[in-house]
Amino acid sequence: MTAKVSYADVEVGTEIPAQTYAVDRADLVMYAGASGDFNPIHWRERVAKAVGLPDVIAHGMYTMAQGGRFVTDWVGDPGAVVDYGVRFSAPVVVPDEGGATLVISGKVEEKLDGGRVVVALTARSDEQKVLTRAKAVVQLA
Amino acid sequence: MALNRDFIGRTFPPSDPYEVSRVKIREFADAIGDGNPVYRDAEAAKVAGHPDVIAPPTFPIVVSLGGAGLADPELGLNYAMVVHGEQRFEYVRPLRVGDVVTCTSTITEIKSIGSNEKLVIETEVRTVEGELVVKSYNTIVERGA
Repeated sequence: MTAKVSYADVEVGTEIPAQTYAVDRADLVMYAGASGDFNPIHWRERVAKAVGLPDVIAHGMYTMAQGGRFVTDWVGDPGAVVDYGVRFSAPVVVPDEGGATLVISGKVEEKLDGGRVVVALTARSDEQKVLTRAKAVVQLA
Repeated sequence: MALNRDFIGRTFPPSDPYEVSRVKIREFADAIGDGNPVYRDAEAAKVAGHPDVIAPPTFPIVVSLGGAGLADPELGLNYAMVVHGEQRFEYVRPLRVGDVVTCTSTITEIKSIGSNEKLVIETEVRTVEGELVVKSYNTIVERGA
């Protein structure tokens, strides 16, 4: 494991700068194919609206994947992630025109023994918190 | 509709073996827009200390999603009303190219929350040699009518 962040260099409260991720319908179609989750609420507006959603929504796991990418880009080695969990609190609504924007930021919440830290993530789309209790435990250098 | 509580604690037979391939990992990494070379290039993965290309942290959902047990009509789950509530992975190591894995899922909890039904499925992803690679905790919610 070759995390590029050192345990000694972070403190409780250390912030990981926010990143912005654009989400387009085409991304959801690609994700459907790659993940095998072909639920039409993620790509067919008529079906999404018929079940009471405002529009097509992103797969929860797509949003979770962006949070994972945020953490692994910070830590360097994806193999350093030892635990990662989220609660899906609101859907990421992805309009046909313009798509959606996901803003993810993070903060070191706790330093554990053995060079591990807990990173708490915040993920917002359209000012809504789309993930809550989003935490990753990572093994630092 | 209330889910069948007899399913609490039920473990389903292991899934058919799934081979983690280089192409599928790259396809998944492309789909999530993650350009990290350890998902594509064996040399980059080796430099990072891995024997071969590894999969992104959320890739295990590809192998652990749902499970045939949830389709059992006796459980009474209406898929059209299901949303993903929570997801957590506990990693022993990342999945990597060449792993052949099976998933064993257990329903650990079913409870009512207002008019909704909450169901928690715990899945162990092991190589066919028996090595535990990752555990998945998947909470789904069936919305009440």
